[in-house]
Amino acid sequence: MQDRLKELQAEALEKVAAAADLKELNDVRVSYLGKKGPITEVLKGMGKLSAEERPKMGALANEVRDAISGQIEIKQKELEEAAVQKQLAAEQIDVTLPGRPVKTGSHHPLTSIIEEIEDLFIGMGYTVEEGPEVEKDYYNFEALNLPKGHPARDMQDSFYITEETLMRTHTSPVQARTMEKHQGKGPVKIICPGKVYRRDNDDATHSHQFMQIEGLVVDENVRMSDLKGTLEVFAKKMFGEDREIRLRPSFFPFTEPSVEMDISCKICGGSGCSVCKGTGWIEILGAGMVHPNVLEMAGYDSKKYTGFAFGMGPERIAMLKYGVDDIRHFYTNDVRFLKQFSIEE
Amino acid sequence: MLVSYKWLQEFIDLEGVSAEELAEKITKSGIEVEGVDKLNEGLSGVVVGHVLECDKHPNAEKLNKTLVDLGNGETVQIICGAANVGKGQKVAVATVGAVLPGNFKIKKAKLRGEESHGMICSLQELGIEGKLAPKEFAEGIYNFTPDTEIGQDALAVLNRDDEILELGLTPNRADAMSMLGVAYEVGAILGKEIKLPNPQPETSAEQASDYISVNVEAKEDNPLYVAKVIKNVKVGPSPVWLQTRLMAAGIRPHNNIVDITNYILLEYGQPLHAFDYDKFGSKEILVRRANDGEVIETLDDVKRTLTPDHLVITNGTEPVALAGVMGGANSEVGNDTTTVLLESAYFTGGAIRKASKDHGLRSEASSRYEKGVDPERVRPAAERAAELMIELAGGEILGGVVEADSLDVKPAVVSTTIQKINKVLGTELEMNQVEEIFARLKFETTVDNDTITVTVPTRRGDITIEEDLVEEVGRLFGYDNLPTTLPVGPSTPGHLSDYQEKRRIVRRFMEGAGLYQAVTYSLTSAEKATQYALEQREPVQLAMPMSEDRSLLRLSIVPQLLEVLKYNIARQNDSVAVYETGAVFLKNGEDELPEEREHLAAAITGLWESHPWQGEKKPVDFFVLKGIVEGLSAKLGLDSQLGFQKAELDGLHPGRTAEILLNGTVIGFIGQVHPTMQKALDLKETYVFELSLKALLEAETAPLQYTAIPRFPSITRDIALVVEKDTAAGNLKRVITEAGGTLLKEVQVFDLYEGEKMEPGKKSIAFSLKYFDPEKTLTDEDIAKAHNKVLKALEEQAGAVLRG
Repeated sequence: MQDRLKELQAEALEKVAAAADLKELNDVRVSYLGKKGPITEVLKGMGKLSAEERPKMGALANEVRDAISGQIEIKQKELEEAAVQKQLAAEQIDVTLPGRPVKTGSHHPLTSIIEEIEDLFIGMGYTVEEGPEVEKDYYNFEALNLPKGHPARDMQDSFYITEETLMRTHTSPVQARTMEKHQGKGPVKIICPGKVYRRDNDDATHSHQFMQIEGLVVDENVRMSDLKGTLEVFAKKMFGEDREIRLRPSFFPFTEPSVEMDISCKICGGSGCSVCKGTGWIEILGAGMVHPNVLEMAGYDSKKYTGFAFGMGPERIAMLKYGVDDIRHFYTNDVRFLKQFSIEE
Repeated sequence: MLVSYKWLQEFIDLEGVSAEELAEKITKSGIEVEGVDKLNEGLSGVVVGHVLECDKHPNAEKLNKTLVDLGNGETVQIICGAANVGKGQKVAVATVGAVLPGNFKIKKAKLRGEESHGMICSLQELGIEGKLAPKEFAEGIYNFTPDTEIGQDALAVLNRDDEILELGLTPNRADAMSMLGVAYEVGAILGKEIKLPNPQPETSAEQASDYISVNVEAKEDNPLYVAKVIKNVKVGPSPVWLQTRLMAAGIRPHNNIVDITNYILLEYGQPLHAFDYDKFGSKEILVRRANDGEVIETLDDVKRTLTPDHLVITNGTEPVALAGVMGGANSEVGNDTTTVLLESAYFTGGAIRKASKDHGLRSEASSRYEKGVDPERVRPAAERAAELMIELAGGEILGGVVEADSLDVKPAVVSTTIQKINKVLGTELEMNQVEEIFARLKFETTVDNDTITVTVPTRRGDITIEEDLVEEVGRLFGYDNLPTTLPVGPSTPGHLSDYQEKRRIVRRFMEGAGLYQAVTYSLTSAEKATQYALEQREPVQLAMPMSEDRSLLRLSIVPQLLEVLKYNIARQNDSVAVYETGAVFLKNGEDELPEEREHLAAAITGLWESHPWQGEKKPVDFFVLKGIVEGLSAKLGLDSQLGFQKAELDGLHPGRTAEILLNGTVIGFIGQVHPTMQKALDLKETYVFELSLKALLEAETAPLQYTAIPRFPSITRDIALVVEKDTAAGNLKRVITEAGGTLLKEVQVFDLYEGEKMEPGKKSIAFSLKYFDPEKTLTDEDIAKAHNKVLKALEEQAGAVLRG
């Protein structure tokens, strides 16, 4: 009997070792350790043994069982590990294949520019004001010190609808309207973005429709030095900390004094190149101290109140900033163009 | 205005200030210098030579063989192709080794067997535009006057060693349209004195008033008219110094008399006109408005029909000049002219601008009158011109001046205070600094405590108010020297309005959903203006459009986006998804502003999703776009207020179109572009929507409020219904929701079957219903009660039966 058990142990261990997968191993377990297995069978013959031998034989049987189940356990772990390895091997992928594209769109580049400017000025205490694109002659011209007959308001340059209404030629009427709304009281601190229209033939540098963004500050003690400081903050934020600005005298009917702001050329650093036409400076915007006639017409006492205003073209800024060479690109909406601006800067 | 650096030095000492430096200084303090043109840039080795012999080239009919004395002891043979070359001429010779514009190097050459040691030059070859060269030299080589010394640098004789400052003048700075004006400006900038011409010509005993009288009818247009008569002149070419100054300023030389009038125009900014006295036709100058239909032939040989809007100079009967714009051909100064009638007049801008515009004629004279000339220079300019005429054309000036003077122009007197100046500029200037600035400008001032009173010379008509004085101080003090500050005073909260904030959310959502933002034109054609309009109204029309395509304001954005799609498809961008936010324009009454309503529109075509190596390609469809509208409304907290109902709209597929409703009101549409339209635009299946963004963003939403996360399990019941094929899922969902009561929290369509296993005319649609009670675990009984109500309602209201 003892021999038979030893024999069974050797036989079982051999089969355990030979089991190729978990199923075979389970079969071994069931056939040797199960209730109908050979060990149980052998132990049935225990009754024939002496009382002395019986416990010995019982202990031996348990030993054999433990040895087998121990090996089965070890083998099971091995096989499980092998199965995992096999599965992993089978599940290999080519990680260099492209991922599933996430569908994204993006801002139009002009919106990016406008929002960047809006946010900068909102941070400086400005609100964003908007106004109609079809304007009254009064707000577009008269209220801005451009009385009827002024050469700068030629019929040829504007899209008139009737004698008294036209497509606004700048966003300045929003300034006039906002000042009027404030009824002669300060402070006014606004930024006005929007579409404007001029009677131009569309070409690489002209567009009959384009964007403008203007700013206006009116209060009791607004100085030209404040304008200079404000524009410097703007220029450095938009074009880089290392940009220098300069103000040059200029002329606009609605400001006095009037200036134009240049920034030092990024391309050549000021030494002169084709982008800045050899001057080292690039013109960015027009600005000035609000003309007393404009203040008075909007109901402000020009003895008490002063103000500054500035205005610029997002197209021009986008063209300079991104190197766009043709203004028409902004309005044809070629997706190959639009896609290039999906990068957040 | 083109300003010669050399000429300017006649009025002001520019020692130590190069043209470049001067340009920089002028730009910074008032007038933008748009460029500095070095006339001899890339030019060298050109001398004055003397043509000793000139014969036909033995082997080439069109060439000449010349022998030219270069004046340095060298005499060379040069082959010259110009037809006008001749023996005895003094010419410009580009010697061997010379460089001409375009880096053209002159080398020894053999032309048809004959050696050529250099090139005889035309003015164009020396960088002067053909249209500026005197007519006789416009083609062929240039001749110097016989007295020109040979051997000297021809470029210096032609004043090519000059630099030209190109001033970009703003309309207020008409004063700088003259050398004198620029001299005043530069004097102020550099703080230097200027030398002014002081004409004091001798006159003969004969009196001009015996020859001519002046009568001005249109006194408002012409407050001052000065006439002078110069007798016995000899008309001929001007000396080279005069010709080159004109050419450098962009004016073509004609003859000495005409050139002098142009020279004075440049020097004084005062336009002059010279008539041939003998051709004038009378002894009377009459200035009046033209008669309607009156005709004048101007110097450019064009016959022009006039109206009373135009001012004319007449000889009492017929016009001899279109005042301030151009002279008449009938009284033109020519080579046979001996007596000159010289006009120097002050015309006001209006009539000149009108005539110049009506006749498309902008001359050096008209552009100055339009912006305003200095009335104080009318007489001195005439004197200076007369003086130059006797100097360069001989003759004598008749005594006295004949004039009509109703001029009432006084220098403006403007006051300001030191406080005002410092308040506006943000500076801390002292009064003496301010006085010094006005002294540099040659403005007279008086100071009384803190007040400075400035007498503004008439040449600076742009200075009329206090702020103008502040500008003069600011610009000459230098904007570079202004402090850099930020506005002080009460702080204001900076923010976007709720509407603007939400509009940004909409844009972010649309972009996150995969659409690119487009910006298109508001102006469109008659056809497109009303296509896809949410509200049909007569479109707003421009009074004077530039083209049919841009003549009306849009009532919808979709046609513009379809145009964007078409443009992209034609360029192999096959899958396009774009959206736009922008105004559409709804006409109100005449002279009333139209209503501008902001819309949101989108258009998609091609593949929506594509991941080729995984075999995925999903083209756009109705539900892709509808999902975006639904997602957007959810983002804005409006999903319970938004609805869709089947509709048939022009330009859209009748079976695939819905109106978008907000609380029952139509605010937009969504659908497939009608196949006929798709075909016309060369588009594949394309879906669009447009809605009133204004309505969407102004809709009231409930404030965001937390709802407790359910603690009890929910129970789901799935039902498959058999219904008539045309039963709308939305309708079934509404029935379910209404009947389900408070326990029914969610209803979703999860299957749709219209296949052949169905009875004809029927379809199967399956819903998943989720019930729960926040207060307790639901019992089967609770659910059965609610669910049976749903089933009953479905059967009664929609004829829906459970699929067996």
